Amino acid sequence: MNSENTFIIDGTPIPFESDQTVLQAALKADVFIPHLCYYPGLKPNGNCKLCTVIINGRHMSACTTLARSGIEVENNTPELNNKRRLLLQMLFVEGNHFCPGCEKSGNCQLQALAYELEMMTPHFNHFFPNRKLDTSHPEAFLDMNRCINCGLCVQASCEVDKKNIFAISGRGMAARIVVNTPSGKLGDSNFALSDKAASVCPVGAILPKRSSFSVPIGQRIYDNLPISSQTEFLTTRKA
Amino acid sequence: MLSPRETPKRKLRVATTSLSGCFGCHMSFLDMDEKLLELIELVEFDRSPLTDIKHCGTCDIGIIEGSVCNSENVHVLREFRRSCRTLISLGACAVNGGLPALRNELDVREVLREVYFEQPGVVSNTIPNDVELPLLLDKARPINEVVRVDYFIPGCPPSGDAIFKFLTDLIAGRTPRLDYQQMRFD
Amino acid sequence: MSLVHSSAGEVLEPILERYSRNPRHLMQILRETQERLDFIPAWAVDHLAEALALARTQVQAVIDFYAFFYGSPRGKYRVLFSDNVTDRMQGNTALLSRMLSKFGLAQGQVSGDGLVSIDTTSCTGMCDQGPALLVNSYPVTRLSSQRIDQICELIKGRTPLEEWPAEFFRVEDNIRYKGVLLSTEMVNGQALKRAVELGPQGMLAEMKVSNFRGRGGAGFTTGVKWEACRNASGETRYVICNADEGEPGTFKDRVLLASFSERVFEGMTIAGYVIGASKGLVYLRAEYRYMLEKLQAALEARRKANLLGKDILGQKGFDFDIEIHLGAGAYVCGEETALIESLEGKPGRPRIRPPFPVTHGYLGKPTVVNNVETLAKASLIAQNGGAWYRGLGTKLSTGTKLLSISGDCDRPGIYEYPFGVRIAQILEDCGARNAMAVQVGGAAGTCLAQHEFGRKIAFEDVSTSGALMVFGNNRDMFEVARNFMHFFKHESCGFCTPCRVGTTLMCNILDKIANGKGTAYEMNELSRLHQLLSTASHCGLGQSAGRPVNDTLQKFRPSYDRRLSQKDFEPAFDLDAALAPAREITERDDADAHLGTDL
Repeated sequence: MNSENTFIIDGTPIPFESDQTVLQAALKADVFIPHLCYYPGLKPNGNCKLCTVIINGRHMSACTTLARSGIEVENNTPELNNKRRLLLQMLFVEGNHFCPGCEKSGNCQLQALAYELEMMTPHFNHFFPNRKLDTSHPEAFLDMNRCINCGLCVQASCEVDKKNIFAISGRGMAARIVVNTPSGKLGDSNFALSDKAASVCPVGAILPKRSSFSVPIGQRIYDNLPISSQTEFLTTRKA
Repeated sequence: MLSPRETPKRKLRVATTSLSGCFGCHMSFLDMDEKLLELIELVEFDRSPLTDIKHCGTCDIGIIEGSVCNSENVHVLREFRRSCRTLISLGACAVNGGLPALRNELDVREVLREVYFEQPGVVSNTIPNDVELPLLLDKARPINEVVRVDYFIPGCPPSGDAIFKFLTDLIAGRTPRLDYQQMRFD
Repeated sequence: MSLVHSSAGEVLEPILERYSRNPRHLMQILRETQERLDFIPAWAVDHLAEALALARTQVQAVIDFYAFFYGSPRGKYRVLFSDNVTDRMQGNTALLSRMLSKFGLAQGQVSGDGLVSIDTTSCTGMCDQGPALLVNSYPVTRLSSQRIDQICELIKGRTPLEEWPAEFFRVEDNIRYKGVLLSTEMVNGQALKRAVELGPQGMLAEMKVSNFRGRGGAGFTTGVKWEACRNASGETRYVICNADEGEPGTFKDRVLLASFSERVFEGMTIAGYVIGASKGLVYLRAEYRYMLEKLQAALEARRKANLLGKDILGQKGFDFDIEIHLGAGAYVCGEETALIESLEGKPGRPRIRPPFPVTHGYLGKPTVVNNVETLAKASLIAQNGGAWYRGLGTKLSTGTKLLSISGDCDRPGIYEYPFGVRIAQILEDCGARNAMAVQVGGAAGTCLAQHEFGRKIAFEDVSTSGALMVFGNNRDMFEVARNFMHFFKHESCGFCTPCRVGTTLMCNILDKIANGKGTAYEMNELSRLHQLLSTASHCGLGQSAGRPVNDTLQKFRPSYDRRLSQKDFEPAFDLDAALAPAREITERDDADAHLGTDL
């Protein structure tokens, strides 16, 4: 392996191509780094912070840091995994994540990461926010209870679908996804199930109607294999 | 199987209860099937649906299913915390509020009005207010928001396997861990 | 508000025209709209979105992001009490209550007749003459019970602000100690002429010789920054003056802009000359809106004197002009990339760095972002030379530093010291006789206890953007930390998980401790959360949000301990109160309808 275009993650040499981020190169090399707000083909966004690694001694987001030859990355360490578990716990208590009643369960990246990082409890006191369910669209619903503000739908709608249907509005804890219609309803937009924005949600906030629970328990994406063993799926999936 | 050397000398005393839950976690407990016989070699039961003992005595382990929805839940939970050296939160409701917490976005007064005044067929036009009845809390809570909790077994319900693995780890003095297949939130 | 939809054009069109229907000016367009209408109604959002060819949500997102934009009606008089810890120490809480009760209002509520709304806001930069408030963006200083009563009468009488006593709006400079910057005379254009004599390379060389480091907090060497921008590829470049002085306890930029604006503008023009920019932008925090007209007049005078505009000082091709943009209440915009986002008419969320603004800044072009003090001092370096400047201060921190001093001292105000001055010296000079702690660098800075007063203000020791708040022996450092933590929660942009959720979790824990329900367990949680926020947050806000708590936990631990419950666990909420709604609807109040606190 040419050391010119490799770097090190936890002692393992990782090859990379120019313009690849640390996260992209790692996943390509079958090295898992937890992440929620990165999706192949969309511009890295860097808000969930699950992919926080230590690069040459500094905490960085693997999804927004370009790979460079010779850098040393700490990834799968107890210290970093503890921090990532804390971040997951924050996301769980911030929203209303009731997995038993969620159509996304078994296919949910947030849940899969919680399994991966052995999050036995959300730990913090729940915020139990009052959030809305938007069922106005004939083919899809928008359940803000499950939204983690990753912004992937905003990006997909803007960068790929060229529809600009979603935006993030508000600040701090009030930051939330809004729909670009005068009513704020998804049903009044030109959103379609074939949009990229319809399929990038890592949680169950945007889901198609009338196709829930169609895959039996035991055959769902994360039922049998942990997310860390599914790097190929994570890098090749597309809308 | 636990080797005899690892088996504690004395059987550990275990209490279980369901607060506001569906008893599904207890069903799952019974789902251990023949492993219950292994478990019974290691533990004896205090208050539990298995024994019909009404109040929790001094125990090594307390296992709680269900979330905290009303004043009676609080009393029972406190009794368990007082009596048990180790308290385990069992299942989604106990761990994060679960199904009962779906009402948390509603005002409890509106909920009661809806149920006792607005429902078709309701004729009484009063909300039950007998002093024997426990009052509802404004929000359903996971049990660790009301008392200190030592361990958590997620799942709706956790599988019998998961419960067995967790308890046998704990009894043997190992920090309990679930295998990937046993770790489920649904 | 009696305006109806049909008058949309009447109100909005002149504003849109003034800003050439350029969506980059959305912030300014919204501000002027609100100055006309008292809030920004839905019909205005629709009209502006269409006129600027923006998605409706893009306009809405800007309104929702900034604290001073209102999407729903507020009072005709919008009163915001500054709520920095210094305002608290000066008694703002009682004054706020007094005003609320005079109008029979709750905090944040709008009076039934739409006359007045009263709320709090983050530090307004009047710490040396507080407690302070803003009324429709104009500061009223030195509040007292009497002044509050007078204000209430003026509001009840619907007296226009222009007719309120001018004394209310008087803002003092309070310059107590002048160093080289504040005492050196400069004729307008004098420093710029010298820079032009030196040429861009020569002036840059002076900057580098001076080893001058930026005064905004990060301390990057200014000459190196300018050179990187000058060398970046592309034709168009920008100079930005960061006058978003939001760090609680800081007000030195306010004084520089009020009385030394010529130096600031001269420094911007010199920076433009060196890097080859023809445009400069001042990002002025909304709290300093009262200075806008005066600053614009100063710019106009400089244009007339050929110190701005085309062929400045007769130099063919030296074109440079300055625009002033106002913020709208967002501390995070002090972060340079958030500031640039805001200048582009967007919510102020910090960008991913790299790339840095010197290569990809405003509108994606190479941009130098400098603090007000940095630019003012650049003019001084042009005037007196880099070698002279390097002779001041310490080897690693050359020159002087302006400090905004407030809190428990006899002479709060502006002090200019050479770097290397000891905290003890400063405390003696400002008349702080019983200091128990000083918070250097604002809420995001460092809390020092008595045994550290021998330390020096310098990049290599105690680094600061310019705030120094003094806390006397009778102060409660737990409450100081709690005030700062709530500030960070309020100002978190919400972009990244650790800061968005973590600041709220830390506030909740501090509030629990304040309510006497904290235990040793919560103390451990605070440290754990600080560890996460400081390492995983996207920008400096989240990274430093836990610092005041962490510092005071180490240095003033008893102020926490004395509030702790002796139990090993307490719920964060009141169980008995949680039964209150059910008690109400069942009309029960028997013993079983209550829950005690005992386990």
